[in-house]
Amino acid sequence: MNTRPGLYYSKEHEWVRVEGDLAYIGITDYAQESLGSIVYVETPKVGKAIGKDEVLGVVESVKAASDVFSPISGTVVEANESLQDSPELINEAPYENHIAVLKIQDPAELEQLFNDTQYEEYVKSQGA
Amino acid sequence: MRDERLIFEKSVEGRTGYSLPPNDVPQVDINALFGEEILRKTELNIPEVSEVDVIRHYTNLSRRNFGVDSGFYPLGSCTMKYNPKINEDIAALDGFAQMHPLQNPISSQGCLEVLYRMDKYLAEILGMERVTLQPAAGAQGEMTGLMIIKAYHMSRNDHKRVKIIVPDSSHGTNPASAAVVGFDVVQIPSDERGLVDINALEAILDDTVAGLMLTNPNTLGLFEEDILKISKMVHACGGLLYYDGANMNAIMGYARPGDMGFDIAHVNLHKTFSTPHGGGGPGAGPIGVSKDLVPFLPVPVVEKKDGYYNLDYDRPLSIGKIKSFYGNFSVIVRAFCYILSMGPQGLKDASGIAVLNANYIRKKLEDLYEIPYNRTCMHEFVLSAVRQAEKGVTALDLAKNLIDKGYHPPTIYFPLIVKEAMMIEPTETESPETLDSFIEAMRELATKAAEEPESLKHAPKTAYVSRLDEVKAARNPILKWSK
Repeated sequence: MNTRPGLYYSKEHEWVRVEGDLAYIGITDYAQESLGSIVYVETPKVGKAIGKDEVLGVVESVKAASDVFSPISGTVVEANESLQDSPELINEAPYENHIAVLKIQDPAELEQLFNDTQYEEYVKSQGA
Repeated sequence: MRDERLIFEKSVEGRTGYSLPPNDVPQVDINALFGEEILRKTELNIPEVSEVDVIRHYTNLSRRNFGVDSGFYPLGSCTMKYNPKINEDIAALDGFAQMHPLQNPISSQGCLEVLYRMDKYLAEILGMERVTLQPAAGAQGEMTGLMIIKAYHMSRNDHKRVKIIVPDSSHGTNPASAAVVGFDVVQIPSDERGLVDINALEAILDDTVAGLMLTNPNTLGLFEEDILKISKMVHACGGLLYYDGANMNAIMGYARPGDMGFDIAHVNLHKTFSTPHGGGGPGAGPIGVSKDLVPFLPVPVVEKKDGYYNLDYDRPLSIGKIKSFYGNFSVIVRAFCYILSMGPQGLKDASGIAVLNANYIRKKLEDLYEIPYNRTCMHEFVLSAVRQAEKGVTALDLAKNLIDKGYHPPTIYFPLIVKEAMMIEPTETESPETLDSFIEAMRELATKAAEEPESLKHAPKTAYVSRLDEVKAARNPILKWSK
């Protein structure tokens, strides 16, 4: 399992990278490793308003299909279309390949998320 | 040499497997009969082969198959029990096999009697009031049950109930069926016992809950000990309880969903009641309902009046038809035969032995494999190959190696809440010798995983094809053949 400093992390194993008022959201290295080879990614529609903990997309691997939950509220301004043809990008570089970009609605929600060391401790405490 | 060609690729233009006598009835222009606009414009692409080509093609394909008739098949959650051949004999009787579904009731009394009595038998086994035999599989039973839940709330002008609750260990079909019927799906976590987290359930119960779907025993093979409390809680907020009967083989004759407080329950005839399973079935997923829900059952319902059986379509609150005619009738006949062959005590013994067999394997493997919820299980248990995975041998590798040892692999990577899960369900039809051989195979694999893990990475070697590229198959599936 690896993490990146400077990102926010959720209990559901998503990461958030903040650039100005935009949030890039993807799944963590731990999540991609648990899922195994990813074969399909469903991304949200641009313009859709998504609340905190609501479903942002779906990631399907040879083992299982899992919902991706949005760690924060916001409006989708971009969906990563390259994942349609190349879902394996998430396995190869989980922190470089976001699933969607949200316009942040409430920056205070970010404060409820983990930083990299807190997230690592959380994953360890879950028995990973 | 292996012949991998599809039957389409064996086609030779003009080759036929029949020879028809000269036509002795007047020929009619097909365009005039049906109208040109509905007739197909392109050629119908069907293989042109001789009879012996067809027979060899499918006989050779069938030899690559693995079924309960060829070996042990401990596929968790699927109840791959042996299918007694007397079921086939009875279903093949002319009085069943040669019937036309549009025959009138007076000339179909025997078939209607089977449907009527099967309704009663299953209602007794499930603890329900009446049963519909129409659903063609468990998932269609779920859909039917959820449509009934919806119709029930609507009939009471209770329009705000939009949520169906499912546990995180539920079968994937549960949330899928709820979504198909238009409900919002809410997932609740399991607690440290592997059972429904009562506090989490309490927190989401309100007047928007339409119902809860539950498997008992659950997918970890554990009995939901708090079921009476759970059903009381759900009913108190106005919701209904749906019983997913995939695991009914664990409790037949010992416990009944109706007595646990469930309002609707399905059973898979192709699991618990020994009808063919796998290879497309066809299956059957009858559902039973409590007294209040009987008016909503699909039409027709078989009724008995003055010694005659008839089909009752006059049911104004019915959700309508959900399957053509009366369900997969010949499957129902097979299950009916099974119930009569076994009798009440036989069915109870089947569940007892199914549970005993699962616990026997569990105890014999618990020293070499992690078993996350290791206590007396029901008809199946879930082990975790995490210890082996540390050496690089995953649940998938172990499953592939079992093929080389002559076994159908168990269900793997399900339920999702157990890492490297292998879900083992032996069923009652296996002898102690078969169980011992399987246990020996699993123990050998554990030893190999510890000592020479690399040797397990390339199985299967004895199967018709070796390790398949699952990723490629999922990403670039070729689903149809074209010239």
